[in-house]
Amino acid sequence: MDIPYTSTARPDSGLYNAKLGVWLFLASEVMLFGALFSSYILLRVGAPTWPHGYEILNVPLATTNTVVLIGSSVTMVMAWASLMMKGFKKYRLYMGLTVLAGLIFLVIKSFEYSAKFEHHLYPSQSTFMAIYFTITGLHGLHVIGGIILNGYLWGPGSKMWQTDPKRFTNRIEVAGLYWHFVDLVWIFLFPVLYLL
Amino acid sequence: MAHDSTHHQSGAVKTGAHDHGVHHDGHHELRFWKKYVFSTDHKVIGAQYCLTALVFLLFGFSLMMVMRWQLAYPGEAFPLKWLAELLGADKMPEGIMLPEFYNQLGAMHGTIMVFLGVVPLAVGAFGNYVMPLQIGAPDMAFPKLNMASYWVYFCGGVVMLASFFMPGGAANSGWTSYAPLSVIATVGQTYWLIGMVFLITSSLLGSVNFIVTIVQLRANGLTYMRLPFFVWAQFVTSFLLLLAFPPLEAAGILQLMDRVAGTSFFMPSGLVVSGVPLTNSGGGSPLLWQHLFWFLAHPEVYVLILPAMGIVAEIIANNTRKPLWGYKSLVYALIFLGFMSFIVWAHHMFLTGMGTAISSFFQTTTMIISIPSVVILTALFLSLWGGSIRFTTPMLFALAFLPMFGIGGLTGLPLGLNISDIPLHDTYYVIGHFHYVVAPGTLLALFAGIYYWYPKVSGRKMNDFLGKLHFWSSFICLNGVFMPMFIQGLAGVSRRLYDGGEQYAHAQGVLQWNEFMSISAWMLGLAQIPFIINFFWSMKKGERVSSNPWEATTLEWAATTSPPLAHGNFEKAPEVHRGPYDYSVPGHPTDFTPQNQPSKA
Amino acid sequence: MDSAHSEDIKKHIRGYIFVFISLMVLTVVTVAISYLHLSVGAAITVALIVATVKASLVACYFMHLISEKKLIYLSLIITAVFFVVLMFLPVFFYLNNH
Repeated sequence: MDIPYTSTARPDSGLYNAKLGVWLFLASEVMLFGALFSSYILLRVGAPTWPHGYEILNVPLATTNTVVLIGSSVTMVMAWASLMMKGFKKYRLYMGLTVLAGLIFLVIKSFEYSAKFEHHLYPSQSTFMAIYFTITGLHGLHVIGGIILNGYLWGPGSKMWQTDPKRFTNRIEVAGLYWHFVDLVWIFLFPVLYLL
Repeated sequence: MAHDSTHHQSGAVKTGAHDHGVHHDGHHELRFWKKYVFSTDHKVIGAQYCLTALVFLLFGFSLMMVMRWQLAYPGEAFPLKWLAELLGADKMPEGIMLPEFYNQLGAMHGTIMVFLGVVPLAVGAFGNYVMPLQIGAPDMAFPKLNMASYWVYFCGGVVMLASFFMPGGAANSGWTSYAPLSVIATVGQTYWLIGMVFLITSSLLGSVNFIVTIVQLRANGLTYMRLPFFVWAQFVTSFLLLLAFPPLEAAGILQLMDRVAGTSFFMPSGLVVSGVPLTNSGGGSPLLWQHLFWFLAHPEVYVLILPAMGIVAEIIANNTRKPLWGYKSLVYALIFLGFMSFIVWAHHMFLTGMGTAISSFFQTTTMIISIPSVVILTALFLSLWGGSIRFTTPMLFALAFLPMFGIGGLTGLPLGLNISDIPLHDTYYVIGHFHYVVAPGTLLALFAGIYYWYPKVSGRKMNDFLGKLHFWSSFICLNGVFMPMFIQGLAGVSRRLYDGGEQYAHAQGVLQWNEFMSISAWMLGLAQIPFIINFFWSMKKGERVSSNPWEATTLEWAATTSPPLAHGNFEKAPEVHRGPYDYSVPGHPTDFTPQNQPSKA
Repeated sequence: MDSAHSEDIKKHIRGYIFVFISLMVLTVVTVAISYLHLSVGAAITVALIVATVKASLVACYFMHLISEKKLIYLSLIITAVFFVVLMFLPVFFYLNNH
């Protein structure tokens, strides 16, 4: 007996397995980042003084990163749409752009971090720096994870298009959901840490 | 076929040649590593979880047996000289336990029992093995993820245990790991945190798998309200794990940052340790750790109890030869319980100086959550009424669970009310309360499950005489260990005291119980020997039985062989025509009607 | 999937472009407003409203939540409830203690 509903949707739930799986995983990620945001709120409310993000952090760089990440979300969904229209070459183009955008995000982030370190602004320096590095660092780890996953699906993983195109398209949809979530977290992260 | 360490009776031996040759494996049998070690078959993985968890349980139990020497005879040399010598002078110089080592034993006992023992056994072993069979599925939805869950758990366990070998020993800040103590603690604590990250990751992967499997892979005709209560229990438990664990993962990362990167998430300003002011930035909140920890740890205790209730329900229905009383109430109570478990956590924090508005809120939610628990316990008790009770070994354990959980639950009530919690918080009363729920509670249910499902896994029954010996001796000794704790707690004896209260005037009247409890604990250890012997002996020499020796109705018994076919579980996908507990249906020739038996036209 | 669906997909693609432009505009808006140095309460409110709108656009259109199945909604609503609990209760604690 094969495992059913890996590609086709189960009638009563309307979902294939991996789609339900990834949404549940994202639910757990909401709680993970939620706990960090909650910690941020508690620490800030309890602090006698708390700097404005724009006083310490590099807003232009982070704004650029915001644009990059949102752009990568578009290219990601276009990658999936291309597969839905059977355009494998277009898929590779858009997925490649997504991976590239992710890498650009990380490069810009590393400029940000190293600039902080040069000014001796380490996590241990204050609770503001601590939460800044921890939340953006954890987000960055998630970006790295997404890049690796997307890179695999762009490269060796894309062979599945020949053997099981429907399942492969679903994989891109699922990877896309994860990548959009990473973007979503940044959409909140950016104003909260940098602009308030 | 040899019975390897995974205790998996390989149906593959018999059926390997008859495999439907579904996909990748083609004709040849899987080699040793893929079949027993890196298997993606939920039954092998379940067996792996079972054995690993039992080993951890035994180890965690042994830690407690060592602790209880110190509590019974404070300051006296440990009688097992070889062990004292092995542990060395930094833990037991001349055989006398150092308080630092006592703290390590205490912290690791709790951590190992909860995270490496009970949950992996209740969810990883029973959930993995039984649930797909009970829903008529060929495997879990994501078999490779399932394998990853097990190995990440295993690695987490190794990391945790490795902490014993670190300078300063294992984690020693309680299983609760409160800041700021845990932040300034020895290196073992960092290992504890890293181990927890592994364990939480394993749990997250597992819970996604369980939920998707139950939603997506139910057999035809198996609607939600026809699911065995065991499956419902695993379903709600998985939601608890999915949503409650991530905040602790976040907290673990923050505490790691505090310890390793010098941040002050949980470190308040102006902290002075041994007369020396700390040089970190300060501005953090120790209470933040408590919030994040208990946000998980309260739902965690329901993770400990729900699978046990599921197991007990199955065994009671089967051994009363009648349906469970109030199936719908059981299911709705379970769902309500799961929901409420997220909004009671601060009853663990009543003594942190919280204002009355907040403490009243949590006191209220805590009282409310006792209602679904009582509904479930009452329904299980009422299920006995009018039943034709068979006192099989599993049934003895399942029956004992009921009053033991009752005691555990009732003793929780004064702890849940903020006023009565004031004198009881952090005393032995608390230890008595939670152990009653987990030890005479969950553990008895888990044993029940092992005796019950052993024939499904191996095709043989465990020996009844040894089983009953195991039951009665364990049951008596468990009560001997934990009942006196209420007496000590009410007298005000604090927990985590390395001398059991010897130095305190208010404890003098109840100190004599320490020796009694310790002897009960050691006898409890001896009581497990018949179980261990039985478990392994029966694999080869146990009485061979049919595929459905308990004459049960649920799919794992009715629609599959024992042991189940290695790959795919069922000859063909079962069709479900009725609810899970059609026992003693009037007019039916037998006193049980399997779920997959078609209705007569 | 059939090619009959590719017409739908083309409509979706137009939607994606529109959402992308909206997101860019909102990003500019949120950065610009931060230069106004509003009071803390007002700044937080505006920033979170803009972020929520942006996040909703990503969720509804890029993640197709707007046409998703009930089961997904249910899981997310349950998560949202506990998320709110996690976010706000510790703050109520703080306020009740001081």
